[in-house]
Amino acid sequence: MAGIPHDHYEPKTSGEKWLNRRLPIVGLLYDTIMIPTPKNLNWMWIWGIVLTFCLVLQIVTGIVLAMHYTPHVDEAFASVEHIMRNVNGGHMLRYLHMNGASLFFFAVYLHIFRGLYYGSYKAPREITWIIGMLIYLLMMGTAFMGYVLPWGQMSFWGATVITGLFGAIPLIGEPIQTWLLGGPAVDNATLNRFFSLHYLLPFVIAALVAVHIWAFHTTGNNNPTGVEVRRTSKAEAEKDTVSFWPYFVIKDLFALAVILAVFFAIVGFMPNYLGHPDNYIEANALATPAHIVPEWYFLPFYAILRAFTSDVWVVQFASFITGGIIDAKFFGVLAMFGAIAVMALAPWLDTSMVRSGRYRPMFKWWFWLLAVDFVLLMWLGARPAEEPYATYSLIASTYWFAYFLVILPLLGVIEKPLPMPETIEEDFEAHKATTGGTTTVASPAE
Amino acid sequence: MMKTFAISAVTALALSTGGAFAAGEGGHTKDVDFSFEGPFGSFDQAQLQRGLQVYTEVCASCHGLQYVPLRTLADEGGPHFSEAEVRAYAEQNFEVFDEELDDFRAARPVDHFPGSNLENAPDLSLMAKARAGFHGPAGTGINQLVKGMGGPEYIYSLLTGYTGETKEEAGTTLYENTAYPGTWIGMAPPLYGEDVEYADGHANDLSAISKDVAAFLMWTAEPKMMDRKQAGLTGVIFLTLLSVLLYLTNKRIWKPIKKKYES
Repeated sequence: MAGIPHDHYEPKTSGEKWLNRRLPIVGLLYDTIMIPTPKNLNWMWIWGIVLTFCLVLQIVTGIVLAMHYTPHVDEAFASVEHIMRNVNGGHMLRYLHMNGASLFFFAVYLHIFRGLYYGSYKAPREITWIIGMLIYLLMMGTAFMGYVLPWGQMSFWGATVITGLFGAIPLIGEPIQTWLLGGPAVDNATLNRFFSLHYLLPFVIAALVAVHIWAFHTTGNNNPTGVEVRRTSKAEAEKDTVSFWPYFVIKDLFALAVILAVFFAIVGFMPNYLGHPDNYIEANALATPAHIVPEWYFLPFYAILRAFTSDVWVVQFASFITGGIIDAKFFGVLAMFGAIAVMALAPWLDTSMVRSGRYRPMFKWWFWLLAVDFVLLMWLGARPAEEPYATYSLIASTYWFAYFLVILPLLGVIEKPLPMPETIEEDFEAHKATTGGTTTVASPAE
Repeated sequence: MMKTFAISAVTALALSTGGAFAAGEGGHTKDVDFSFEGPFGSFDQAQLQRGLQVYTEVCASCHGLQYVPLRTLADEGGPHFSEAEVRAYAEQNFEVFDEELDDFRAARPVDHFPGSNLENAPDLSLMAKARAGFHGPAGTGINQLVKGMGGPEYIYSLLTGYTGETKEEAGTTLYENTAYPGTWIGMAPPLYGEDVEYADGHANDLSAISKDVAAFLMWTAEPKMMDRKQAGLTGVIFLTLLSVLLYLTNKRIWKPIKKKYES
């Protein structure tokens, strides 16, 4: 399958040969699971397994929850309470599903930032990156619609605010919003379609995950050095790689078990910590909550959405040259989606020939600033829209765009990279105390 | 690298969550100790029974508990009344409308508690989860990691937080309360102390009965808390053991790979 030379599946028994001539499924599974994997992968390469687990967890718990849930405005809230009180193990299923979404996003953010640091998005892995971004967008859509289903106050008002964003699009915005909601406001039609789509989208995500894996199995994994696996001969490739099974499967499962231990502690002892108390109040279209706040994983982009108010000169400029078509609200919406779009375009915005941030002395600083920026935006997204948070949000949002649109393109030109190892084998030898998983200690801060 | 990533991620989580629980002005929640706090805490059966008495004799005249089935009063880990006691309690205290009879009849254990009697009195079933305290520092909610979410503490603070000041606004009397976000609440002080007489002779001053009813409302909001903590603990123990085994397995399978490079 991969471009890296390795042994392929050979059917041995007559039964295996019979099947293989008709459906080479064993060979496909064998090649997938035995893929040569750079042996120097560090602990930031475990999030893929965690994410796969999250998807399965959410689908399994979600299917059972759907058996007991009623998607109707008069009964949705009560049916969730029914699950919490009367369904066997229902309270655990729901808390697993609720906090599973948080684990899912926690893992995806670390996965994305790992890709940004080690240049995993660069050629030839652009497709993997783009598919990943699509998965991330679908995750956000799925999570958003799922949050509406319990029909609490935040469900209702979150849905009202977010679908209202589409109303900000000039001309076609309001028809789109009405079409999305199935009426003039968030109501039973909205709840029904969100339930339907919340059930559908995870399977679309699953299909895209398969494509995501297919893509990076074709190019081979990136690794902390960004140096490619030698692939002129099988013997050479074997010096740089080990098979995925059992070496990385066991390593990843170990990491997963540790993460799940923490996850179970959260689910068991503080399941509502990441939620909003207002969602235990049934939706009421006549009572607006004092603060409408999205779930934590949306906060950075929510901060960007709110950062561009009408007194910002860029917004005024955009409004002026478009003759008022782009107002502050629409600008905010464009900025929010743009923040993800610039991230998706990273493969083409980053001009550096060096993949890994490990060998990019200037890049490192900017990267860590971006990580801090992300955390800062997350905090700002939950603050009320007033000073000084508005100014901070504007600065932090500006940095987000500057990183992708200005810093990444410029760094490639002005930065002088550090010397890199010739081969993965060389790096593995130098780092073997900390890679591959013999120690629980993380690799040293780079 | 990984360490820094993980630290920043955890910080991000901790920073962002609490912000969601935006506190209004006023809104000071006192930190009270409850028996059910922490991973090993459990409900105090006697306290829940006393709290039910406070609810029944005081709160129930206005507030409902519509999501709570009466039969769950017999649940282990909860108030744990006998079934006969639950039956008697339901019959004596509540009437429900029976569609088959097309008339009201005495409540049975299969029925739920009734809803609120007053339009503007919120249902209390989930109140202990619909409110939170300890939003700081700087709106990050990190305090909740230590002190808990603050739902029952909020209820306690509200019941004991009346200052005695009142004001008229648009024909309604508002009461000053140090726990209520916005300070002025429409509910007249419901408890003054010695509002109920406990059969077991337990203290019935304002603080004690407020605490009892707050604990009871935590139970109505989270009746499966004991099961949940048990499941969480089992999960943590099992996964910790599994981690150790996988760690050792991992170490062992990688050994020959690493050995190649040892001189």
